[in-house]
Amino acid sequence: MMDWPAIWLTLELSALTVLILFLLGVPLAWWLAFTRVRWKPLIEALVALPIVLPPTVLGFYLLLAFGYAKDIVPLAFTFEGLVIASLFYSLPFVVQPLQQAFADVGRGPMEAAATLGASKLDAFFTVISPLAIRGYVTALVLGFAHTVGEFGVVLMVGGNIPGETRLLSISIYEAVETLDYGRAHVLSGMLLLFSFAVLSTLFLLNRRAVK
Amino acid sequence: MIRFDLAVSHGSFALDARAEVPACGITAIFGPSAAGKSTLLRALAGLEAASGSFKMGGDDLAALCAHQRGVGFVFQDARLFSHLSVAGNLDYAAKRARAGALSREMIVEALGLAPLLARHVAGLSGGERQRVAIARALCTQPRLLLMDEPVSALDLPLRAQILGLIESLPRRFGLPVFYVTHAIDEVARIADHVLLMRDGQVVLSGPVQAVFADERLDAFTGHFEAGSLLEAVVQSEDKAFGLSLVAVDGVELAVPVTGLKKHARVRLRIRARDVAIALKKPSGLSIRNVIPARIAQMREDGAHAEVFLQAGGQMIRARITRASAHELKLKPGMKVHALLKTIAVDRQLF
Repeated sequence: MMDWPAIWLTLELSALTVLILFLLGVPLAWWLAFTRVRWKPLIEALVALPIVLPPTVLGFYLLLAFGYAKDIVPLAFTFEGLVIASLFYSLPFVVQPLQQAFADVGRGPMEAAATLGASKLDAFFTVISPLAIRGYVTALVLGFAHTVGEFGVVLMVGGNIPGETRLLSISIYEAVETLDYGRAHVLSGMLLLFSFAVLSTLFLLNRRAVK
Repeated sequence: MIRFDLAVSHGSFALDARAEVPACGITAIFGPSAAGKSTLLRALAGLEAASGSFKMGGDDLAALCAHQRGVGFVFQDARLFSHLSVAGNLDYAAKRARAGALSREMIVEALGLAPLLARHVAGLSGGERQRVAIARALCTQPRLLLMDEPVSALDLPLRAQILGLIESLPRRFGLPVFYVTHAIDEVARIADHVLLMRDGQVVLSGPVQAVFADERLDAFTGHFEAGSLLEAVVQSEDKAFGLSLVAVDGVELAVPVTGLKKHARVRLRIRARDVAIALKKPSGLSIRNVIPARIAQMREDGAHAEVFLQAGGQMIRARITRASAHELKLKPGMKVHALLKTIAVDRQLF
């Protein structure tokens, strides 16, 4: 009934994706929050693209790119390929909450920290990040949950290889296709509960922080 | 001495300010809004990209990043860290402080923070926030404390209380303070030295008495405010009439204040429109305060005449009608008597 390898693979992919996205997304979000360059809206649009694009479009271009890279490193229909695809797919869900949180904190605390002898990096970890903690939580939760729910892009670039690219959403798709409604029910119900639990936790946290 | 020569330009605004001020006491940076006062202060702190030099005690601070300058800053809006308690805010500064002699106990005591230390900053009142902000800046062991309109967001009684604290900082902690304000009464009350700014430039710099006696100040304050500051020593008190006798260069004046410490030095503020001029020492007059003086300079302005009177080492401004000046045939060099109708005691100096 339970497709444990798919569940485990989904969690692994989501965790890895969020981890890498934090390493890349935090500096990017910081830069977007405070830069004064004129072409900032173009970068913001690029970051936001995966929100509006059909996943098949993203998947199509990624497949093309993977095709060009295949002699150096095979990515199509591999776990590594899935990670790269997820990074693009979930990027806005990590960057946007962080950017918003940094912008809300503003330059003021950074300046105050500098006058107290803190270098920029010091101030980032000891003042800005604690003040922007809600943004971090939101980015973590949305980035993770969004990667768990990934389907279209995965189908395009990953296929359905058990233990390698067969994620939860693919497993459900397959169950439905083969009219195995029992399995589809269990897995879908799990995802539904998971998503509801994640989002209600997030909203609860946010409400508490506002108070 | 503190010497700076700094240029900042962004967009249509340009700052090009240079001055030399004593490395002690309170230097007020005064001027109308958009004169560049805050920009100058931010450039001194390294928060604003500037070119030029900023020399203090043999170091050129302009070459250093903001966090290396060892210059404390008190923002108008305090900018306390809301994720830390009051004590946490002080610790944050203390951990990154330069070597220095200011003890934390002394700072906490001077600003009355002992009961607040465990509090969360979100629950503090405006006055409490500014006191914590000042203490936090002191905890960095600064060589200079910069303050950007620190009381402008407070209501009046609180403002007086915090101003009293601020004026005691140079004496208590042995450090110079730069104080940005657009309120002339704050300058009169706490400043030892004044930088007058307009359009991004320092147009006048000098000891506060000299600046108050300078007619170039008029353009910034309006004639209504024009006046002079005198330093006096408290002699005695007449409780029955609610007066104190103070001496200005050997001349006794009565001021309508009691409770001053004997032999304390006080700063008197006399508005130019409250000063009349007599050729002879008058009698049968309700004005009690009369100072012999010599006319140093005169300037006519519409229906009025500005008369600058030299009394001992001090300068008193009088604003009388031009008609009176003509009738009395006032001329520079003449010996006259200045009649002071109202005297305000601005500050007890120590």
